[in-house]
Order: sequence, then C-alpha cells, then structure tokens
Amino acid sequence: MAVMTYLEAIRETLRQELRRDDRMIIYGEDVGVRGGVFRVTEGLQAEFGEDRVIDSPLAEAAIVGTAIGAAINGLRPVPEIEFADFIFPAINQIVQEAARIRYRSNGDFGVPLVIRAPFGGGVHGALYHSQSVEALFAHVPGLKVVIPGTPYDAKGLLASAIQDEDPVLYFEHKAAYRSLKGEVPDERYLIPIGKADVKRQGKDLSIITYGLMVSYAQRAAETLEKEGISVEIVDLRSVRPLDVEAILETAKKTGKVLIVHEDNLTGGIGGEVSALIAEHALFYLDAPIMRLAGPDVPAMPYSPPLEHAFMVTPDKIAEAARKLAKF
Amino acid sequence: MAGSDALYGLGLDASKIETMYYYMVLSRALDERMWILNRQGKSAFVISCQGQEGAQVGVAAALDPTVDWVAPYYRDLGVVLYFGMTPRDVMLGQLAKAADPSSGGRQMPAHYGSRAHHILTGSSPVATQVPQAAGIAWAAKLRRQEGVVMTSLGEGSTNQGEFHEGMNFAAVHRLPLIIVVENNGFAISVPQSKEMAITDVAVRAEGYGMPGVVVRGSDLLAVFEATREARKRALEGKGPTLIEIKTHRFTPHSSDDDDRSYRTPEELKAEKKDDAIHLFRQWMIEQQLWDEQRDRRLRQRVKHEVNDATDFAEAALYPDPSTLLAHVYDD
Ligand SMILES: Cc1ncc(C[n+]2csc(CCOP(=O)(O)OP(=O)(O)O)c2C)c(N)n1
Ligand SMILES: [Mg+2]
Repeated sequence: MAVMTYLEAIRETLRQELRRDDRMIIYGEDVGVRGGVFRVTEGLQAEFGEDRVIDSPLAEAAIVGTAIGAAINGLRPVPEIEFADFIFPAINQIVQEAARIRYRSNGDFGVPLVIRAPFGGGVHGALYHSQSVEALFAHVPGLKVVIPGTPYDAKGLLASAIQDEDPVLYFEHKAAYRSLKGEVPDERYLIPIGKADVKRQGKDLSIITYGLMVSYAQRAAETLEKEGISVEIVDLRSVRPLDVEAILETAKKTGKVLIVHEDNLTGGIGGEVSALIAEHALFYLDAPIMRLAGPDVPAMPYSPPLEHAFMVTPDKIAEAARKLAKF
Repeated sequence: MAGSDALYGLGLDASKIETMYYYMVLSRALDERMWILNRQGKSAFVISCQGQEGAQVGVAAALDPTVDWVAPYYRDLGVVLYFGMTPRDVMLGQLAKAADPSSGGRQMPAHYGSRAHHILTGSSPVATQVPQAAGIAWAAKLRRQEGVVMTSLGEGSTNQGEFHEGMNFAAVHRLPLIIVVENNGFAISVPQSKEMAITDVAVRAEGYGMPGVVVRGSDLLAVFEATREARKRALEGKGPTLIEIKTHRFTPHSSDDDDRSYRTPEELKAEKKDDAIHLFRQWMIEQQLWDEQRDRRLRQRVKHEVNDATDFAEAALYPDPSTLLAHVYDD
C-alpha cells in the first residue's frame, strides 16, 4: 500500500496492466516521449517500447477509429484523447461505431476499448480545456462511462475498464491529478463498473455526485458537520450504467437529495438521477430534489472571475446543502 | 523553394519594408513580455509566435486588411497585429480583461477574433477554421465581394479530417482561399516524422487539385511573394492555394510545456539562427534601407508600445461575474 496522487494511481495501473496483458497498447498525442501533456504516461514508453506506447498523429477520429479496428483484431487499445474537449472529432467513431458495433452485428463483433481523457475545469483552461462531456456519452447505450473521484477508485475502475469487453470512456479530472492523494494497494483489484460507493455516511441529506466533486462534497460535509448537519455522500463512479440501487437507497435513507456536478445543468447526469428517484422513491422524500451544477453556458470562460462564477465549489455545495437541510 | 531576390517587381517600397520589419519586431517583443507576465504570475497561459514572425508578417503583408479576411491560429500574433489588433488589444486578451476585443476575457490568450478587423474568431480544437474559412470565401464568391480569405494552421493540424474536407471543398468550388501551413516541425512534442509520412505538407494540395508551394519562413520576401501570387490567383477566380512555410518554434509549445524532454538545446540553438527578424534586418542594412541608429529607434518605440500595452491591460478591469450568462444566444 502506498500513498499516491490520482495521477500516479492511473499511471501505475496503466503500467500494471501493460505488464499483465501484452495485447494492451497505449497511444495518443504526446503520450510517448513526452509522457503525455499531464505526464500520466511518463516513463511508459521507456519501459514498454515504441510498439506499445505510441505517439500518434494529431487526429482524434483516426485515433479512435484505429483503436476500434485494433480491438476487433485482438489488441486491447487504451488510447488517450489529450483533452476531453478534443474528443469531438472522434464522436462519429465513438457513438456511431464503437457504441453500436456489438448491437448491429448481432453480437458478432465487440469493441474492448478504453478511451482515457482528462476533463473538467477550474485550472484556467478556458472554454476548450475545461469541459465536462460525460452526459453526451452517458446518453448512448453501448458505451460505459466511468469517472473516478479518488486515487483508489481510479485504479480499480481503470483495471475493470481495460478488462471490459465493451467500449469504456474513462474521464480523469485534471484538477484531481495532483491535488487528490490517497492509499492505493499495490496489488491489482477491480471495482465493478456501475457500482456507486458511499463515501460518507450521514442522515440529514444525501449528496449524489462524481469526479472532482466528490472531494468538494466531502469538504462541504465537514463544514456542515460542525453546524450539526449530517451529510451522506454517494459517489456514482460510473455515470453509465448508473447504480440505481445505491441512488434509491440513499434517497430513501435521508429523504433529501442534492445532486452535484460540474457539467452543465440541463440534460446532465443530475436529470437522470432525479428522474430515477422521482419514479421509484418519491414518497420517501422530505424535500424536492435539488441540483447544483455548472451553468448553462457553452463552456467555462478563462478570466478568473468568470471561471470562479462557473465552477461548483465546496462553498457553493455547502450553501445548497444548508438550504436543503432547512427545508 | 521560391527565392526572394526579386525585390523589385514585388511592389514593395521602403516604407512597406520598414512596416513589415516593425510588425515582426513588435510581435516578438509582445510575445517576450507575455512570458515575463507569466513568470510573474500575472498571466496563466502563453502560447508563442516566436520563430514564426516571418511567416506571419510575410503572409499578412501580402493581404489587404480592408477587403481580405483571415482565419488565423493561436500562434498568429504577427497576422492579427497586421490586421489591426493593437498591442493594447493583445495585452487585454493576455490578461483576460473585460475589454479584450477577441472574447472579453472568455478565451485563452491568443484565441484572436474581431469582426471589425476581419479576423475570424478562433477556438482551440485545431483545424476547425479551415472549412469555416472556405465558407467565408464561398460567401465572398457568391456575393461577388472583393477580397480573399487566408487561413492558417500548424503542420500537425493538417492531419485532421476538417483540414482535408475544407481543402477539397475550396478546390471544388474554386474559392478565393489561401491555406497557410506554418510548419515548425513539431506538434507539441511529436516531430513531423511521426505526424506524417511526407516531408512537405504542400504535396497534400495536389490531391485536391490546387497548387502547393513551399517557402522558408525566415525569408520574409519569399513568403510575401508566394502569398501575393496566391492572392492574385484567388482574385482571378483560379481557386485556392496551399502555402507551406518551413518555420521554427523558438519556445516550448506553450507555458505549460517543457520541451527539454523531446528536443536538445543544440537543435534549438541551430534553429534560432534561422530567424526572420535577424535575417531581414541584415538584408535591409545590405540594401541600405536600414542602419543601427534606426534600428535602435524602432526598438525604443516598440518597447514603449509594449510597456504602454502592459500598463494599460494591467489597470483594466476583469469582466464582471454577472456577465457569465451573457451572449449564449442573441438576446
Ligand atoms: C482537435 C485537437 N486535438 C488536440 C489538441 C491539443 N493540441 C493543441 S496544439 C497541438 C499541436 C499542434 O501542432 P501543430 O498543428 O503543428 O501547430 P503548432 O502548435 O506546432 O504551431 C495539440 C495536439 C487540439 N488543440 N485540438
Ligand atoms: Mg507544428
């Protein structure tokens, strides 16, 4: 067991999986010699060689398209999209192809593929280096979308994603890379995709969230504890498939639900989670479901006051939770 | 490669030559100041034009900002200055202030745009501007407007589908478009040899039925001449031209990069010798168009402008947080 950053947990898992399965390859823009723009893949090309950790041309559609072909022909590609914001040239390959191939071939073909991409804001990344794109993909049956919120989960979820026989999008919050630290066992372990985790037990209200917001919710919960408000935190970990059972369980337990995400409000994961609770647990609720999310603007601006106004912060979470607790 | 010997016949007089030199020097000086502001913690992000000023000013100087449009990319400080952005405008963007003409501080620095200056607003995902520039050129053609459109991008970005789709569209419709590839040999850390299996991006033009030419970015007049030629073709209705400019990136990719892991100091040092600013000054002196004293005066003037722009932008206001929701739609 070692204490690692979120970033190190991802890197060490990639290393462990590359050692374990020689069908696995990593490629993408700058992932080889440079070790990735965030250094996630640093040292991997030196260890595994240029045939397994590969600098690719600057072309996301080709990155994902070739990964689909390589996966179909026996490799386990784990390509990186340099920023989630630049996944869009590959949308056709991801949504029309990777997601639909098993279904359209009546089960004849499968695409065991993991697409890693850093996402999220609060890092002065402006409109095109701050986006949260998970809801777009979570809408698509055939894809799985996982978003770890701790170093421990980062490892177990990544190993599961790589082992999975279907396409998985694995989103890493860039503000979490170096700020989050935690204990990570050395040995390989799997965290099932589609399983949420109760990160904190509480009784007055539930915060359902994922990604960087898990740690922000934890900070808010600590503040609120001092004020006598007991907060439960459910980390979804996968936004597709959702862990319906865990969502309903916490809603029934506390009767008050605050859903938090950085992605913008409308059409976000929060809408789906609310619908599930409204459908299956309405009469357990003591207050309307509350959502706290990024505002409905096209993307996060750069200028510090605007970026701050956009970002969901521990303070904003605490404020929303206070209101809900009082209801 | 086209040479630059034919000064006479290029339609350049001494004042235009001085203007071109001025814009290169100004671009470099502003860029250097941005890095200082970055190190001082006053600016979170810098992406540089340094090394590419000859390419940028050579192209822009052959265009007519009153009728032509540009759809530049993030390194094109030289282009946007030539098209009318002032040093103050640039610094307002660099420091993310409300009065930044490109985006009101919303975009990262170097994401230029201004309708008034015929500079198309640009994003970060590379190559998206190519089909858009073709669209601007198409509208210009259909509306029988005077003028051409220039769009530029890095060599690595020519691997994107949108580059190829835009090239094809422009060629099919014989659009008045000039596609400029500023080939600095790297896409962040990835050398050209890993980006593509060709030496000259210009050969891609042939596949779409348009001419592709190669010029050296340190040869300002050659760049100017190639662009002037492409513009002439475009105005004559002969369609688009691809110009590949072999150039250099004197800095890391951006202030977030560290280039020591993928290129040696020796390589960089050698590249820095091929500097358009330096070479052009020498040439001007040889032609007796320039001397040390005038050079000093010009640099003094530029320094003053950069200081003024910095002070002005530092004193300017940030956007008000209440404007976060403005301009999502037209209301
Ligand atoms: C679609 C897309 N993918 C990835 C990136 C990240 N990125 C920014 S610049 C860059 C390299 C561009 O290289 P090149 O086109 O040669 O231009 P240069 O920066 O060298 O001038 C990359 C990969 C991006 N901006 N857009
Ligand atoms: Mg380049």
